[in-house]
Amino acid sequence: MSEIFSASVIISILTSGIRLATPYLYAAIGETFSQRSGVLNLGVEGQMLLGAFVSFYVVFKTENLWLGLLSAIIVGALMGLAMAFVTVNLQAEQGISGIGFYLFGLGMSDLLFKMLLGTVETVKGFSVVPIPILSKIPVIGEIFFNQNVLVYVAFLLVPIAWFVLNKTTLGLNIRSVGENPEAADSVGVSVVKIRYFTIILGGILSGVAGASMSIALLNVFQQNMTSGLGFIAVALVYFGAWRAWGVLAGALLFSMVQAIQLRIQIIDSISLSPDIAVMMPYILTIIVLVASVSRVRAPSALTKPFDRGE
Amino acid sequence: MKKNLLVILVLAFALLLSACGSAAAPAEEAAPAEEMPAEEIPAEPFKVAIIMPSSITDLAFSQSMYDALVAVQEEMGGESAMEIVYSEGMFVVDDAAAAIRDYASEGYDLIIAHGSQYGSSLQEIAPDFPTTSFAWGTTLNTFKDEGINNVFAYEANSQEGGYVNGVMAASLSKSGVIGVVGPIQAGDADLYVKGFVAGAKSVNPDVEVNVNWIGSFSDVALAAEAANTHIGAGADVLTGTAQMVPGAIGVAEENGALWFGTQASQTSLAEDIVVANQVYDWTVVLDEMLANIKNGVYGGEAYTITLANGGLVMDYNSAFDLPADVKAAADAAVEGIIDGSIEIPVE
Repeated sequence: MSEIFSASVIISILTSGIRLATPYLYAAIGETFSQRSGVLNLGVEGQMLLGAFVSFYVVFKTENLWLGLLSAIIVGALMGLAMAFVTVNLQAEQGISGIGFYLFGLGMSDLLFKMLLGTVETVKGFSVVPIPILSKIPVIGEIFFNQNVLVYVAFLLVPIAWFVLNKTTLGLNIRSVGENPEAADSVGVSVVKIRYFTIILGGILSGVAGASMSIALLNVFQQNMTSGLGFIAVALVYFGAWRAWGVLAGALLFSMVQAIQLRIQIIDSISLSPDIAVMMPYILTIIVLVASVSRVRAPSALTKPFDRGE
Repeated sequence: MKKNLLVILVLAFALLLSACGSAAAPAEEAAPAEEMPAEEIPAEPFKVAIIMPSSITDLAFSQSMYDALVAVQEEMGGESAMEIVYSEGMFVVDDAAAAIRDYASEGYDLIIAHGSQYGSSLQEIAPDFPTTSFAWGTTLNTFKDEGINNVFAYEANSQEGGYVNGVMAASLSKSGVIGVVGPIQAGDADLYVKGFVAGAKSVNPDVEVNVNWIGSFSDVALAAEAANTHIGAGADVLTGTAQMVPGAIGVAEENGALWFGTQASQTSLAEDIVVANQVYDWTVVLDEMLANIKNGVYGGEAYTITLANGGLVMDYNSAFDLPADVKAAADAAVEGIIDGSIEIPVE
């Protein structure tokens, strides 16, 4: 039993948790922006898959990681643009169209994979970059400052997102569009522009979330490799009560429990059925969600299309 | 109203594209180019359809069956003798059932449902098409007891190659810790892991074999993290089974740990660290099935691929410098399993 409390075990669990949390953070922070402006984007998973494939393929062909990342950003932005057109201009039902975009991304990444690669390949992805000095701090250095660059950026995004949403005019506009678009519109805030911005930003971050898997953490592409991760990211936004720090807490909780269950399975002194172990992160998340979120209100205009009624 | 119409159009387009990606396109791709010269039209080609959970290029379970079909097709004389169509990515059993019924209605001679999750669908569909052969695996249940006579079953004794891999893994491990990344504890994955553990313990009873079941056949990220967990626990040799292992192989490579593969050859993913693979070669099963069908027997037989019948093949990575004594131990294990002197406990 004491095995699990040794320093090396704890370090390896926390390091695993940080890595696992990375794609969730990108996707969920992006989703936070679009939901705060009143748009539910259920296409995250599809955006991630396309971002993952395109960045992987570009790196596979050019061996240029930054070009790969850029291509994921572009693909994500284009998917976001299409989503914005459908939900803002055409005022489509957001849940249904989001699922449409998910299926599109799933099918399209699959099709491209078959046409362009055909089989599972590997690339040399972003490698671990220890941060000078900080990475030398015992325990903490190893956990937080010995990761690849996309992991660092994911965690930096949290304070940035918090700052933008709460301390800038842009953030105020996003929030007001999500709470009361008519009022925002009457004082000259363009609901259309704001929503285009947040949905495209969400698309970009989802694309990067995919890239963080295919060219940084795993360095392979497989069909449907996100396997539901994008939907969990959407759930994490609710879990985090539409706040960046809440999303971070949710992503870390989920990922840490995931890392713990992987570890518990291989500790001899604890015999836990693997079926129970793999359920742990989900059960815990549901419990925390029920216990904490019920008193927080979603943005009032979430999922409601805006029509100026001219 | 106009807006709604546009939305529906956009959605329909998206759905259409995604449908092309997952199911429809491959079926057409499968019967490609090379036109049959008109004068040669012999008897109707033998028509085979296969439904599988992952893709034909998964370097694992689905690919093993597809490759075998292509090999048999070549043996028989190419596309004029045998036609293959496939539906891949059929992880939704209801969709698979619809595909099975479609192929049966279209007059396919043999329909292979490549996954144990498709059993109940076959049980329902097979009686409606008594002169069509169906096959499924991995299982030994042909539904003969339920009075169904046109279903074949096939299984892999994956514990055999697992044992051989385990023998080598324990011989090569310096730390005495070995990690296993499994999907869901069932079927041939479970057999493989049991064999692997038994093989490792036969060399060194004190070796620590840590097994992790991640609860998914597709979660590449979790498979990678499971491998990281093993590395963190001191493992220097890893193995794993099912189509989500490429994530784990990448982690093994990064950390200089060795890898043992199963189902198909995974050497191409990491030539420096893959030692050996147990490869499934279903051609022996397909040959027997086809011979039976020719003689009017449409089902009722169950087949098992083993090291003895050549359905399981040990494939060594020629780029990996395997010490001669370890190779000899592996060969001895193969012989022992074939002649029955080694018995692998799998309950």
